[in-house]
Amino acid sequence: MSEPKKVQGDLVLSHITKSFADFTAVDDLSLTIPKGSFFALLGPSGCGKTTTLRMIAGLEEPTSGKISIGDTDITYTKPYDRPVNTVFQSYALFPHLTIFENVAFGLRRRGIKDVDAAVEKVLGLVELAHLKNRKPGQLSGGQQQRIALARAVVNRPALLLLDEPLGALDLKLRRQMQIELKWIQTEVGITFVHVTHDQEEAMTMADTVAVMNNGKIEQLGSPADLYESPKTVFVANFLGQSNFIDGVVESTDGSNVVANIQGTRITFPKSRNNASGSALKVGIRPEKFRLHDPGDNTHGNVLAGGKITDISFTGVSTQYLVEMPWKQELVVFEQNDGGAPDLVKGDPVTLSWEPQFTFALDGASK
Amino acid sequence: MTRWLSKNLIRIYAGLAIVYILLPIFYTIAFSFNDADKRNIVWRGFTTDAWLNPCEPIGICEALGNSFKVGLTATFFATILGTMIAFALGRYNFKGRSTTNLLIFLPMATPEVVLGASLLSMFINMGVGAGLMTVIIAHIMFCISFVVVTVKARVASLDPKLEEAARDLYANEWETFRRVTLPLVAPGIAAAALLSFSLSFDDFIITNFNSGSVNTFPEYVWTASLRGVPPQANVIGTVMFIVALAAVFAGQVVGKRKGKK
Repeated sequence: MSEPKKVQGDLVLSHITKSFADFTAVDDLSLTIPKGSFFALLGPSGCGKTTTLRMIAGLEEPTSGKISIGDTDITYTKPYDRPVNTVFQSYALFPHLTIFENVAFGLRRRGIKDVDAAVEKVLGLVELAHLKNRKPGQLSGGQQQRIALARAVVNRPALLLLDEPLGALDLKLRRQMQIELKWIQTEVGITFVHVTHDQEEAMTMADTVAVMNNGKIEQLGSPADLYESPKTVFVANFLGQSNFIDGVVESTDGSNVVANIQGTRITFPKSRNNASGSALKVGIRPEKFRLHDPGDNTHGNVLAGGKITDISFTGVSTQYLVEMPWKQELVVFEQNDGGAPDLVKGDPVTLSWEPQFTFALDGASK
Repeated sequence: MTRWLSKNLIRIYAGLAIVYILLPIFYTIAFSFNDADKRNIVWRGFTTDAWLNPCEPIGICEALGNSFKVGLTATFFATILGTMIAFALGRYNFKGRSTTNLLIFLPMATPEVVLGASLLSMFINMGVGAGLMTVIIAHIMFCISFVVVTVKARVASLDPKLEEAARDLYANEWETFRRVTLPLVAPGIAAAALLSFSLSFDDFIITNFNSGSVNTFPEYVWTASLRGVPPQANVIGTVMFIVALAAVFAGQVVGKRKGKK
């Protein structure tokens, strides 16, 4: 094999569509992934994220659109001719080859000299040099995962694709690998594109997260940005939990919006309003609510007349279900730090929250 | 007594079953050392004469050579053709795939007598003289089915992600096949080849219809049995048995060593 051309630069997907016989997996998707970044494609199964990854790898051809790295168009380049390597969900280690030969596979195909040194170095990076003469079947899941990573990283691709790489590991190992992956990415400086349905994993590791749904990108931004300022109901519910209360804009007061939600007047900064019309869906994260006994001093926005219908203890916090006078149940998380009043099922409560934690979406959005 | 019997019944049964299976083989081996006269049926005393002169009876080694020629040639072509069919059936979805799947089974389901007779009439109609060539063609034909069934099972168990991984790691189509697909399917192909050879080597009915004046080893034994099978036939049978046993044993040792490594 000839060495693929030295291709460098940002990965650009422009107007990518992939249609199968009876459905469209990816629908007119455009995306730029800056060189050297850790980028996550996050979404539920069937949202088109894996298909997108496979098109970048060259394992699927887009129905229309263009994929390029820097100035080089790679839309129809064969997978073995593009500087892209993949860490497969099932690892796909070659069972008949030793760990050493698995890692050396890509280097040998490109006819690179000094395979030994490169393989030893990358095996050192994933701390598995002592297993180089074993076969993949004799390794644990976590070790196989690291070998799959080493086998891809050793080629120094312009782009490394990770397809749910930690999906098969148990929780503790997954946490550890998240930190290791992030560290390795910083160490080697390769652009990582990570596909996952685990929002926590995406938020822990990636610099930028794109939330996908039905073949389209719903929202793109930093993890904190997506969490604090979701632009759609889907994003708000996919990353953590959200309460939505229907409301209407009454007036604007300087830099604040005054709105009426179910008969109560609230305010929030204009910058937190994403609605185009006056009908609103007002979003508040469960952990932003504070619980009070009726009649207590409160500040910020206040909703009175709630009644506790359910309490469940979850360790670091307690989850309350509060039924409001308009029969909607709101979810409230309170830290178990002694700050919340002692409450039992059936107690009347008042809710409050700081205006800047409000996010308002279009009333018609779903 | 009844308790002893109920405890050991399964062992007794297993022992009898093994004796039942091994007795003919033991008989073959024992009578290769018989000091036989015309008929090798009655035990007349121990000798190694037959082992020292295995080719003494006229035509026996020639027949054995023919069996090897037919067996090796038929195995070679049946394995290649069958493997290719197995890949096509196991990997690609094409029009007529299920029909092909069904047709592949037909030679296995057809009685050998029918197959042998119809092959002969076909060769005669086409003006092809019966001989080694016609036997080889007939053997390739029935071996292919067994190769396809064996190799297809192996192809089906192959994870397509492995080939994707190879292409992702800079291996082109040919390299992917040579470095990943073929090594992983190889045990299935080897098993298919061994099966083909033993089927071909053993075959009597189809061979007898299509061999003309040429003799294979099974045909030789059949013809000789009218006059009396010489102990040299037992010698050849014993050697074949030992070779097969050694092959199985070697396969298991290699398999175990690979597993341990």
